[in-house]
Amino acid sequence: MKNPISDKVMGMKPSGIRKFFDIVSEMPDAISLGVGEPDFDTPWAVREEGIYSLEKGRTFYTSNAGLLELRQEICRYMDRRYHVSYDARREVLLTVGGSEGIDVALRAMLNPGDEVIIPQPCYVSYVPCVELAGGTPVTISLKNENQFRLTPEELEAAITEKTKLLLISYPNNPTGAIMEREDLEKIAEVVKKHDIFVISDEIYSELTYNSGHVSIASLPGMQERTIVINGFSKAFAMTGWRLGYAMGPAAVIEQMTKVHQFAIMCAPTTSQYAAIAALRDCDREVAQMREAYDQRRKFLLAEFKEMGLPCFEPYGAFYMFPFIREFGMRSEDFATSLLKAKKVAVVPGDAFGDCGEGFLRISYAYSLEELKVAIGRIREFIEELRNSSPFG
Amino acid sequence: MTDIRNKILKLIQHNAGLSTRDIAVMLGLDESLVIHTISDMEQEQIICGYHTIINWDKTGDERVTALIEVKVVPQRGEGFDRVAERIYNYEEVTSLYLMSGGFDMAVFIEGKTMKEVAQFVARKLAPMEGVLSTSTHFVMKKYKEAGTRMEQQKKDERLVVTA
Repeated sequence: MKNPISDKVMGMKPSGIRKFFDIVSEMPDAISLGVGEPDFDTPWAVREEGIYSLEKGRTFYTSNAGLLELRQEICRYMDRRYHVSYDARREVLLTVGGSEGIDVALRAMLNPGDEVIIPQPCYVSYVPCVELAGGTPVTISLKNENQFRLTPEELEAAITEKTKLLLISYPNNPTGAIMEREDLEKIAEVVKKHDIFVISDEIYSELTYNSGHVSIASLPGMQERTIVINGFSKAFAMTGWRLGYAMGPAAVIEQMTKVHQFAIMCAPTTSQYAAIAALRDCDREVAQMREAYDQRRKFLLAEFKEMGLPCFEPYGAFYMFPFIREFGMRSEDFATSLLKAKKVAVVPGDAFGDCGEGFLRISYAYSLEELKVAIGRIREFIEELRNSSPFG
Repeated sequence: MTDIRNKILKLIQHNAGLSTRDIAVMLGLDESLVIHTISDMEQEQIICGYHTIINWDKTGDERVTALIEVKVVPQRGEGFDRVAERIYNYEEVTSLYLMSGGFDMAVFIEGKTMKEVAQFVARKLAPMEGVLSTSTHFVMKKYKEAGTRMEQQKKDERLVVTA
């Protein structure tokens, strides 16, 4: 029998997360700090709107791009929060989560052999999606000493004649890094100079803790060369609703809508109705969640400091990215022995790119009580490691 | 300063058991400032007390709660306050509110049995000077109290590790 699978897919590495998930799944009593989604329930006003739309029998397809009312609401939100104006009719596409937006943007924009610059550590899907879309991923290893921000020098060094796109995500999963306006301005200069495009995954944009999020699309001359990806999962605790959106120049959104139409038809109708309520009525809930994350972030930062675990202060998302090289173990070995010895699951940093080796991703999308127990165990674990070290 | 006060209040409103150290860390403040601010607010009676929300049904200890709607005649010169004081001085009264609408005061009573509550109403509340009428409603089940759901221990249904 012929191999039913394509060479390209056969050649793809499974996600490092998946492997670790399988190990953790076999330990039902482990405390996990490995989750990449909010611990909060979707605000009740949003769930109620979803229920109401079902009661009303709104169970049909929407237009390919999504409900116009929702697109208009998104445009108002973008303008209000991030000071970028989009045309709801031509520049917005509702997608099945931010993930689909990234995939569709890459498929709509890449020619075979086009290079896509991907700063790492990053979300696990970027490299495989570029490959599936026929592009060539070119990764940049971001540095701890730069707080995992992308520098113009690093970008400049990675650009070739074949470079088509830069794919960035700030606030970042897994590092929690952000890029401030000045950082983005320098990147924008390089992008414009070399005439490349940007896909900016801003799914964590509501979760910043020092200053508000700045969208690279809001910088002069950038809106016309940027596809912004965002969604409802993180800001409104709506992961299971699978709803995201892409915004960009009409010419790109039009072609993305074509791909989306053939693959997906439209984003889930119930979720779209519910999302209107999220944008209209949930500023207070979003602020409350942000405040709770910030408190946990400060708690973890203080705990790490006390136990002498080096970690730069992350200003975004809900992740900490401590450095564990002092223990002379690979991230995966550290995570595996922590799990076995203390039943605490964290994600090895190299699951997000080779340069994540030596780091751990610790999620604080957990209650303070859970975090306290887990951190107590991590503290025990590293104290035992330090005491048993022959050099200790 | 009011900002710090508000931040502390918001944090301890639903979790009075947080240590001052945790509050300090979570808000990025000095612990001594937190201790001071809380004690100031206690002195000024912004913070009036700390309570524990207990689901007595799970203890086997019988309790009944009743809401009594009371109509009263306001007293000359003292409005409702005089009657209110007479009512809230009874230990059985757990909450007392002056209301707008069809009745004047909402009195929450806690007793061991329905009989005990009924006797309180019949012997103490109804005959009280200034009280015109009472209407007693027994609580059958508490779902949420002071912002806390009584049965909220929801299992974490998220996948244990996700990207």
